[in-house]
Amino acid sequence: MLPKLFFGYYAVVITFLSVLIITRKNPVHSVMWMLLLFFHIAGLYLFLNAEFIAAIQVIVYAGAILVLFLFVVLLLNLREELQVKRFVGSWPAGLIIAAGMLAIVVNVIKSFTAAPRGIYSIEYIKNATHTKALGQVLYTEYLFPFEIASLILLVAIIGAIVLAKRKLRS
Amino acid sequence: MVPLNWYLTLGAVVFMIGVFGFLTRRNIIIMFMSVELMLNGVNISLISLSHFLQDLRGQILVFFIITVAAAEAAIGLAIIIALFRNKSTIHVDEMSEMKG
Repeated sequence: MLPKLFFGYYAVVITFLSVLIITRKNPVHSVMWMLLLFFHIAGLYLFLNAEFIAAIQVIVYAGAILVLFLFVVLLLNLREELQVKRFVGSWPAGLIIAAGMLAIVVNVIKSFTAAPRGIYSIEYIKNATHTKALGQVLYTEYLFPFEIASLILLVAIIGAIVLAKRKLRS
Repeated sequence: MVPLNWYLTLGAVVFMIGVFGFLTRRNIIIMFMSVELMLNGVNISLISLSHFLQDLRGQILVFFIITVAAAEAAIGLAIIIALFRNKSTIHVDEMSEMKG
């Protein structure tokens, strides 16, 4: 009973905050609600025994990505944003598309059957600690994708500098 | 024990709210935040599947998704800054140069 209540709290708050994020007029308010949303999602990850993912959710999403969003919002100085309308003219079409896709996905989820379970049971993770168990899989089986991820980050660093810099006058 | 279907439904709801925001908002920054919302909906589904199937590979995938989301946010926000510098607007319906 108590886990279901806990999940219910998180589900209601996450849905409510998501709706708040996409409907606020002021982008700064959206960023602040998103900060609260990321902390709630991190709490949900803790509830699912994924401590390391919860930690990097808070550090990378709430600490890095949202600060980047906040910087850009403050840089653009959007005084007139508060007076203009928020949605494009054809927003009912977007609502129909999203609601239709949601109906399809929820109906598909009903017929879901689980695959056989793997070896990483809760007892195994409790003995090995979560970060160690995750690191062992990441650095053996997924070493090559891990190296590619570092390359993607390098491309992002260089690309962001090249795109955002002003043109040099010679 | 909370059933797996509840988590998957929550992930789908968050994803579809992100889809709605991406399709309908005029502000390009909010559109980018909707993309982050969609990625988070997928992450919720992957973590819950990883927990219920007792397999760590779902969490590895979430790790990579967060990495790519960080790169995507950096590049996307740089594009927004370049766009604002050239057009001095961030409303997507006012940018129609590519329209024939």
